Amino acid sequence: MPKSAPLFLARRPEMRAFTTRAAKAAAGTRTHPDNAQLSSTPTRSRREPNVPSLHAFANPARFVKLARPLTPILFWTGSALLAFGLWGGLTRTPPDYLQGETVRIMYLHVPTASIGMGAWSGIALCSILFLVWRHPLAMVAARAIALPGAVFAALCLVTGSIWGRPTWGTWWQWDGRLTSMLLLFFVYLGFMALTRADAERGGDGRIPAIYGVAGSVLLPIIRYSVVWWNTLHQGQSISLTKSTIDNSILWPLPFTLFGFGFIFAAIVLMRMRAMLAAAKAEARMRRMAQ
Amino acid sequence: MNPWPFVISAYGVTLAAVAALALWSWLAMRRSERK
Repeated sequence: MPKSAPLFLARRPEMRAFTTRAAKAAAGTRTHPDNAQLSSTPTRSRREPNVPSLHAFANPARFVKLARPLTPILFWTGSALLAFGLWGGLTRTPPDYLQGETVRIMYLHVPTASIGMGAWSGIALCSILFLVWRHPLAMVAARAIALPGAVFAALCLVTGSIWGRPTWGTWWQWDGRLTSMLLLFFVYLGFMALTRADAERGGDGRIPAIYGVAGSVLLPIIRYSVVWWNTLHQGQSISLTKSTIDNSILWPLPFTLFGFGFIFAAIVLMRMRAMLAAAKAEARMRRMAQ
Repeated sequence: MNPWPFVISAYGVTLAAVAALALWSWLAMRRSERK
């Protein structure tokens, strides 16, 4: 193992590929991932731009240095945006002519649904980064995303159910949107179980990564379920370019969307920092035991 | 049907879950980084 690579990373299956490449990234050398194992004498350079962009933050020390100040900034900015959005949604918007006051659940339901789906996109992206480029922090990020992603998917289901009771007259209906979202929640649980089992058995992280990519097939099914199956859940009312919701009701939604999004990002950073610190402590204990 | 119990329970469940997740993640991070 190169001297400049942190020893503790060799203990984690998804980190094994890191040791050589991160040493080169830290040393400022340009190394193609495929050739990372071939060159044994990294040449030092004083020019930081020589670090490949994809692996610029592959060094956990460098990543933590960035994440440490970013975590509270994201969390408190998100909290402020969320507080303002929820205050506006509860007190400064009129009731909907059809749904009445229950429309206020939209300020929770839409962001949790977006983040629940977006989080799986993040897992799929990290899995591709790991499978194709063997980015050493990719699977750490995927593992860190899984639990908050599952919680947001569950919150989407719960808030939708609470919204459905006074609006539709039922807590649950096996329609396309609700069922596909429930499946996504179970897929999250499967991913968490698989990553844990893979780590316990000393796997290299490829099986959870393949699962992460395969699970993304659910995302277009959820997105177009209201188009393909005309069931109880309403059709899409908000897109990037237009909305069928009046602005007097819609305006708090971006605040809660970005508020929840920033808090979610802060939670993921916290979990990544915890995982990296735990791996470092474990490696230190092993070295002391030898 | 009075909608406010549904609205309040949706807000309560969501905020409690997100706050608990954030607190748990922060405690886990702090515990790991102190080792």
